Amino acid sequence: MPTTTSLRTTPFHDFHASHGAKLVDYTGWEMPLHFGSIIDEHVQTRSSGGMFDVSHMGRIRFKGRDACRMMDRACSRRIHGMAPGQVRYGLICNERGGCRDDVLIYCIDQSEYLMVCNAANREKLLTHFEQIRGDLVYKMKDETESTAMVAIQGPRVMELISQFSSEIPTLKRYRFVSKSILIAKVLVSRTGYTGEDGVEAILPKAIAGKMVGMMLGNVDDANTPVKPCGLGARDSLRLEAGMCLYGHEITEDIDPLTACLDFAVKLDKGEGDCPAERFIGQDALQAIAHAGGPPRMLTGLILEGRRAARQGHRVLHQGVEVGTVTSGCLSPTLDQSIAMAITDQETREPGTTVEVDLGRTTVTATVCALPFYKAP
Amino acid sequence: MPSPDDCRYSDSHEWFRIDGDVVTLGITPHAAAELTDVTYVEMRPVGTAVQAGDAVAEVESVKTTSDVFSAVGGEIIEINDTASEDPAILNRDPQGDGWLVRIRTSDMTPLETLMDAAGYDERYTN
Repeated sequence: MPTTTSLRTTPFHDFHASHGAKLVDYTGWEMPLHFGSIIDEHVQTRSSGGMFDVSHMGRIRFKGRDACRMMDRACSRRIHGMAPGQVRYGLICNERGGCRDDVLIYCIDQSEYLMVCNAANREKLLTHFEQIRGDLVYKMKDETESTAMVAIQGPRVMELISQFSSEIPTLKRYRFVSKSILIAKVLVSRTGYTGEDGVEAILPKAIAGKMVGMMLGNVDDANTPVKPCGLGARDSLRLEAGMCLYGHEITEDIDPLTACLDFAVKLDKGEGDCPAERFIGQDALQAIAHAGGPPRMLTGLILEGRRAARQGHRVLHQGVEVGTVTSGCLSPTLDQSIAMAITDQETREPGTTVEVDLGRTTVTATVCALPFYKAP
Repeated sequence: MPSPDDCRYSDSHEWFRIDGDVVTLGITPHAAAELTDVTYVEMRPVGTAVQAGDAVAEVESVKTTSDVFSAVGGEIIEINDTASEDPAILNRDPQGDGWLVRIRTSDMTPLETLMDAAGYDERYTN
């Protein structure tokens, strides 16, 4: 197959290539899909630990007098009042309330924030942020290509990290610390996208290789607690954990209320005694909420049989179309075919029987609450 | 690893092995690797009459669903129940125990237009 030379590579690229990764073009980045088996890596993360290169994700720093106002203007969450060391998940919405992206915002201090966004949306967001800047005073710096990022996830990860740091295992969920490791500054947060405990770390590009060595030890040792995993397992893990993926559960045309992300939408931001600036898309989302909520919302489905539903497959109730599948797979943990779908309110009661049109065949499915999997 | 030279190969990544008037077919190791972990396999039932170019099986992986086509027409005389029960066998041994269907045919000529092992490897696995 012809190789494309224009793909961006991460600082872990050589490691991937030398450890048998199947490398694919993921939104312009050459990324590991797997290191042998997606299912094995999924199970490895659920049972022990997996290390994921997520350096392709965008990292944008905002610093200056109005950085906080800017964050509040752009993001559906309240940013004003965040304490240094806190991380918040939120949406960057368009005027219609649809999602430009979902992001994590790290509060360094009241005048400095770091945003992690999806790789596919980075350029779009950078343009958007310039367009909505107005007269706000701050500097925006895209640090994606000067840094690396890894997610280390799984039930044995904290035990491993405690060998290097006593502080990181005491972090609460959605908190971070800046650590000096190997004379470089590393930002470590207790966050993730797998449904497991673990951390995500942002580090200077130059020490990426050393970091891998510290975390993985001897990867070829079968008993090593953390093994490299690819984006394939990351997708099936997040799906079991009921987490949204941009382009599937949320898009420019799917608002966060429809995607059941109301916890991440501060509908009354800037109202009453809330000092934060209102966010773009807030008017549209308020209108949806005041009209009784979105007509369709995200729900879980468990399908009969072992075939997987895919994005775009129709969901039917007594022969009438009531929704659309957004993601699906054969769940390695549950050994059942699971899917997320956006369906009519009437069919969202857990236990409701619906049908999913898989194209050539239609199978029965049972509506269930999300997530499909919660770490014990 | 070079593909076995006792088979013919299609651009849609099936292999075909001739034994008398019976053709055994499956997906190539290259196809299995591209699909990633195979999670579901369904073959058309024994006794089905198929024409050259017909889909004879569906293979689902973690990432996608694919049809498997037969280059020859004839009758399906055997399907691999082991593959239905243990779809991962298509990843472990796609060109051996991971075969899919056997077709009795009276016309092998369509196989002549397919690639030999060297031709397939040249195009897809180098």
